[in-house]
Amino acid sequence: MATINMPRVFIPPPMRPLTAGEEVVEVAGANIAQVIENLEQRFPGMKERLCQDDALRPGLSVAVGDSVATLGMLQRTGPDVEIHFLPAIGGG
Amino acid sequence: MSGKRVVTLTVNGDRVEFLCEARQTLLEVLRNNLDLTGTKEGCSNGNCGACTVIMDGRPVVSCLVLAVEAEGSELRTIEGVARGSHLDEVQSAFLEGAALQCGICTPGFIVQTEALLEENPNPTEDDIRFYLAGNLCRCTGYDKIVRAVQAAAEARQVAAN
Amino acid sequence: MATAENPKYKVIGTRPVRHDGADKVTGRAKYGADIKLSGMLYAATLRSPHAHAKIKSIDTSKAEALPGVRAIVTSADLPAQGDRIVELGEGAANMRHLTANVLAREKVLYKGHAIAAVAADNIHIAEEAIKLIEVVYELLPPVMDVRKAMAADAPILNDDIRTASVGSAPAAKDSKPTNIAKHFLFEKGDIAAGFAKADVIVEREFDTAMVHQGYIEPHNATALWNTDGKITVWMSTQGSFSARQQTAELLKVPISSVKVIPTEIGGGFGGKISVYFPPVAALLSKKSGRPVKLVMSRASVFEATGPTPGSHMKVKLGATKDGQLVAGEAWIAFEAGAYTGSPIGPACMCVFACYDLPNGRVEGFDVCVNKPRTNAYRAPGSTHVAFATETLVDEICEKIGMDAADFRIKNAAKEGVRRVDGPVYARIGMVETVEAIKNSDHYKTPLEGKYRGRGIASGFWFNCGLKSSASATVNPDGTVSLLEGSTDIGGSRVGIAMQLAETLGITAEEVIPTVGDTDSAGYCDVTGGSRVTFATGIAAIEAAKDIQRQLVERAAMIWEVDVAQISYRDGGVHGPDGKFLSFKEMAGKLHATGGAVIGRGTSSAATQGGAFGTHCVDVEVDPELGKVQILRYTAAQDCGTAIHPSYVEGQIQGGAVQGIGWALNEEYWYDERGEMRNATYLDYRIPTCYDVPMIDTIIVEVPDPQHPYGVRGVGEVPICPPPAAIANAIYAAVGVRMHDLPMSPPRLSAEILKKK
Repeated sequence: MATINMPRVFIPPPMRPLTAGEEVVEVAGANIAQVIENLEQRFPGMKERLCQDDALRPGLSVAVGDSVATLGMLQRTGPDVEIHFLPAIGGG
Repeated sequence: MSGKRVVTLTVNGDRVEFLCEARQTLLEVLRNNLDLTGTKEGCSNGNCGACTVIMDGRPVVSCLVLAVEAEGSELRTIEGVARGSHLDEVQSAFLEGAALQCGICTPGFIVQTEALLEENPNPTEDDIRFYLAGNLCRCTGYDKIVRAVQAAAEARQVAAN
Repeated sequence: MATAENPKYKVIGTRPVRHDGADKVTGRAKYGADIKLSGMLYAATLRSPHAHAKIKSIDTSKAEALPGVRAIVTSADLPAQGDRIVELGEGAANMRHLTANVLAREKVLYKGHAIAAVAADNIHIAEEAIKLIEVVYELLPPVMDVRKAMAADAPILNDDIRTASVGSAPAAKDSKPTNIAKHFLFEKGDIAAGFAKADVIVEREFDTAMVHQGYIEPHNATALWNTDGKITVWMSTQGSFSARQQTAELLKVPISSVKVIPTEIGGGFGGKISVYFPPVAALLSKKSGRPVKLVMSRASVFEATGPTPGSHMKVKLGATKDGQLVAGEAWIAFEAGAYTGSPIGPACMCVFACYDLPNGRVEGFDVCVNKPRTNAYRAPGSTHVAFATETLVDEICEKIGMDAADFRIKNAAKEGVRRVDGPVYARIGMVETVEAIKNSDHYKTPLEGKYRGRGIASGFWFNCGLKSSASATVNPDGTVSLLEGSTDIGGSRVGIAMQLAETLGITAEEVIPTVGDTDSAGYCDVTGGSRVTFATGIAAIEAAKDIQRQLVERAAMIWEVDVAQISYRDGGVHGPDGKFLSFKEMAGKLHATGGAVIGRGTSSAATQGGAFGTHCVDVEVDPELGKVQILRYTAAQDCGTAIHPSYVEGQIQGGAVQGIGWALNEEYWYDERGEMRNATYLDYRIPTCYDVPMIDTIIVEVPDPQHPYGVRGVGEVPICPPPAAIANAIYAAVGVRMHDLPMSPPRLSAEILKKK
């Protein structure tokens, strides 16, 4: 696994106690599922807050780069991309 | 409830007879008994104008008219606006001016406009807005409706001259 | 418009007559309430007269005995759901709450909450029967105010709700239940350091009332539960596939057992996504063996469907004296209504979305109160927060003496700017919409007269991508039959058909679009989130490209050359040595070259970039009555590429006028018992055409790179700016700052009196 150019995960404020206050962490992973697994390895407790039954928690979405990932846990990441966990958006 | 009444009237030029209960509105009978579902129900208390029909030359909200009150009257509904297989000027203006989005209020607006242009063939913007204020539209913001009425009035004037 | 300015397009930017138009101006179009089936029964719904109560017992025996009554259902007929959360395409739903909202179980949580339904030979018998159902209630105190509902000693609506905070550990199941269903927190930079740099700081509290989408067509559903176990539902809905899934989940039957046939729909604006009637009509049909129709009353539409929340907000903004925003902070609490699900997440993400804000903190709460379960309403959550932020921006501009348009241009969000919620913007058009207003004839023309004022405000909405599909069949006469599953609320058939036509090089009139049912069309998510022209448009473009590929193969066969030597462009296939066959000529050879050509396309990967709008309004205030007259209105919006400019303008105009209603008149007016006192159009006063002037529009086109033709959704953004723009204009007119919506005559005249 490459150690440079890893995806950069932005940690939501309520989760920062788990990262000792780190706002952005670099985590390897070819897709979101792997990123979350690797997050959990480094910061135990992370997965429970993001996932339920191996899917993203209801009402939660993940953005890779500037757009919301339509494939959820299966969404491919990439070198240097930003990953954000955000409320899911509907619309009228 | 028993004791149905026979009501005889003219609808869009045809003599029509139906049986109804005293508590039935003209709107209900038009839609359910006569299958004239172009007249729409939006509120059933006279506030939205979606059920507007022309009764003896006057626009009325058919949800506030009892069916038995229509005895002997002459009624024009949205189904009686087109001339045979041709749209009339108001219908064409609504279509070409994109004056409808969802379309549920459209029959009421077109019928109310027919009544307006009958009374006042050359209305100002203020005349139009005042006359149509009893018809609610939630999609268009009324801009294109008012312009369509203006276009229809103009088309009718041109046709008359 | 686009054809003049975008000569590369032949169809996009023109204004063809919509394909469903003739039916809609002649009264022939079939809406949900127009459905009539042989043997059909009519049903009525019993609703709670109380805002908060336990249901001790329901006795339907007298109703059952009434001649002409054929079936009665209560929540006992609906399967229990447990703690299931189901993903419904445009959001997840808690099934326990959804089923209790369809028919109340242990408790009623708002006045109008459905309890039972009766199917009878006609609607009058059904309504008589409803009155014969005896329900014993144990009354509970209602909680109607979002802040009171957050208090530690507030009456609790749902004993299964614990606060879910995004990114926090889930609350323990045995902890105390609460009305605060969700909590969000976003931070960027260092707000203390940011505010320390500010020369001007403004902080205000805002309250906005619950408001309704106000679509003219009431909810409806007609269902037939056939003897083979198949359920067919005719209804007006924003999403037939979502309605199918909700109905199947609520009845616990496979989705393939349910077929939803979408009728024409009389407006939705977000309010016709959630299901109310289909499972009830289906159960009544199962019990009676007959098709059953339910149509909602206008009062119930207000009292018992899904309005948008009332809110309480505290927002603070800081700027330097030369007009640079340095920090912002927001605390936002939304009324979810009876069950969790207000758009508080998007509200938090929208509150500072128009600006490049270096330091920000946003906290939001989703709070249950004894009002109907809220649903999406046009840019859900964004109008509330735009009212707050955009009036604060106006106040800052006044304090530092800077033009309101210049301030917005200086601080506008643009490509590369990081949002407070984290992501970085791609190419967006916020600056361009403010510049369009600044350069408009309206803004450049001085406003004169006493008690008159001008205001501007901006607004933002994300716009959704989600999933769509389309198929297109070539007809031998050179036309194409297009089948898609997005219900058409405002002219989307023509907008989608135009994109297919553009891609094939034919006219819009040569495409025949049909909105299919759930057994004929491919899956489409709801018509909402300003997504249909974008996403179903992409699906139609893909279907057209699929047709192109097939026609190239056929041409290769005709000309006996390799497909690599053939290309499809300018409305036909081009081969070697100047060989050309038009689309129509190729269509004429369909049967001789192998039969049907059917293109198919899907769209699921694309997500839209955001959309922005800026509005300018002139008002005149009656200082005695507090009544506001709109004198002139101009709305500029980034539409990416306008496919059908008339319907783009129409969306902007309609959204602006809904925003004007929200600003000036509309509100749910509750008494202390929790009863809505204005559940009619007469009293819940939506704008009439006499209340508003013409709405001028400026279409700004900053193409979205994610769509082949650059489309951005249009529908939602235009509702966001009006309340703030009008509040700013009122200040300019009479010198009072309004912090509550609606800015109705009593509220405004009270503020004017206070100032005197």
